[in-house]
Amino acid sequence: MTPHKELEVDIWRGAEDGHFHRFRVPYRDNQTVLDVVTWVQRHREPGLAYRFACRVGMCGSCAMAVNGRPRWTCRTHVSKVSRDGALTIAPLRNLPKIKDLVTDMTGFFEKWQKAGGRHRGTASRHDPPARVPPDSAPRRAADAGVECINCAVCYAACDVVSWMPEYLGPAALNRTWTLLNDERYDERQALLTAVSVAGGCHSCHTHGSCAEHCPVGINPTLAIAGLKRATLTGHLPGGGP
Amino acid sequence: MIRTARTHPGVWAALAHRLSGLMLALFLPFHFLALGLAIEGEAEFDAFLQWSDQPLVKFGEWGLVVLLSVHLAFGLRVLAIEFLSWPGHLKQMIGAGAGGALLVGVIFLMNAA
Amino acid sequence: MNEARLYLLQRLSAMILAPFVLVHLGLVIYAVRGGLSAAEILSRTQGSLFWMLFYGLFVVAVAVHAPIGLRNVLREWTPWRGQGLDWSLTAFACLLLVLGLRAVAAVVL
Repeated sequence: MTPHKELEVDIWRGAEDGHFHRFRVPYRDNQTVLDVVTWVQRHREPGLAYRFACRVGMCGSCAMAVNGRPRWTCRTHVSKVSRDGALTIAPLRNLPKIKDLVTDMTGFFEKWQKAGGRHRGTASRHDPPARVPPDSAPRRAADAGVECINCAVCYAACDVVSWMPEYLGPAALNRTWTLLNDERYDERQALLTAVSVAGGCHSCHTHGSCAEHCPVGINPTLAIAGLKRATLTGHLPGGGP
Repeated sequence: MIRTARTHPGVWAALAHRLSGLMLALFLPFHFLALGLAIEGEAEFDAFLQWSDQPLVKFGEWGLVVLLSVHLAFGLRVLAIEFLSWPGHLKQMIGAGAGGALLVGVIFLMNAA
Repeated sequence: MNEARLYLLQRLSAMILAPFVLVHLGLVIYAVRGGLSAAEILSRTQGSLFWMLFYGLFVVAVAVHAPIGLRNVLREWTPWRGQGLDWSLTAFACLLLVLGLRAVAAVVL
């Protein structure tokens, strides 16, 4: 029987000019970082602001910086990340802080739209469905990226985002790549123009932090490499207008 | 300036590539000026080369050789990821690049001594 | 000159430079044996069409590659950007080209 232990948890309070506040939290077996945040809000600081939803690793809402690293807190076991019983929890990097652990994701979604994020089909309900072979190269390329749930972990991990405010970022550009590989999307050429702006795909310097941190196993670095190649040749994956 | 998420090998490779490139870019005009001394004649050029035959300058030359090798190695990594679709997180590739660059530096030292 | 064009020039010049750098490194290591001397270097380069073309092309590729790389670094790590930056880098490219080709002429002619 393990002796009763306590964690020393530093949690960010306030907005941009906030500070870390230290809480003592009872240690439990199989505790996740989200469990810790929830305990603090219920037992110590009712005003602590944080986001979560599914708490089972599907929605991406609980993404925060744990010991400096962006991750899903519901999927992060305290036993794996605490150092000598200590832990630091902060809001995601590269996003404006609203309060405590909550960030403003407006900019993240605006870049998503700017990079062409919204799917627009060319066919109508009167047309037969497109016959897309699932093992064709463009479909496999798109499939590798469509699981993205916009949690912004990659965006927080990306150094170029932190250096360059106009950089569209890994999530938005990965999304563009999935659309470029989708023959049902209209105006795929316009996507290439959208990512060739200053702060577009050519600003990626292949650090690979996005792929390193993505909880869903997506590799935006490779998607962006595909975008770069496409902007050079002007060829659309799978051919077509 | 650089407060990364987890600083993993890909970030080190990219930073080494960038910093070596910066230093090489700053060094280049001086390199061209030194070579350009030959315009004034072989004697002038030789005087400069004799001056360069001292330990501190040799150390600088070694540094430049390493910088160039590092820049080449991690530049090849970028080209492989972008044009050959190699998965960027292949730590072995990065390790090999760094090792290769240092090897070139060692070979230089063996020949310069 | 848009971003895609600059990216193309950067990667193309990189692909050209890779083998050139390997040859240059090999030559540097060979030449440094027994100490550097003007006589040894010039005896190799003077009157050589090969070295003139090799280093001439090397200089042109570097004059393209280095300023574009610098542009990324300055735009991301300093507040400097826009037309002023682009023109300054064009000037740097010209400087590298002029000094570089002058250096090639110096050892080849």
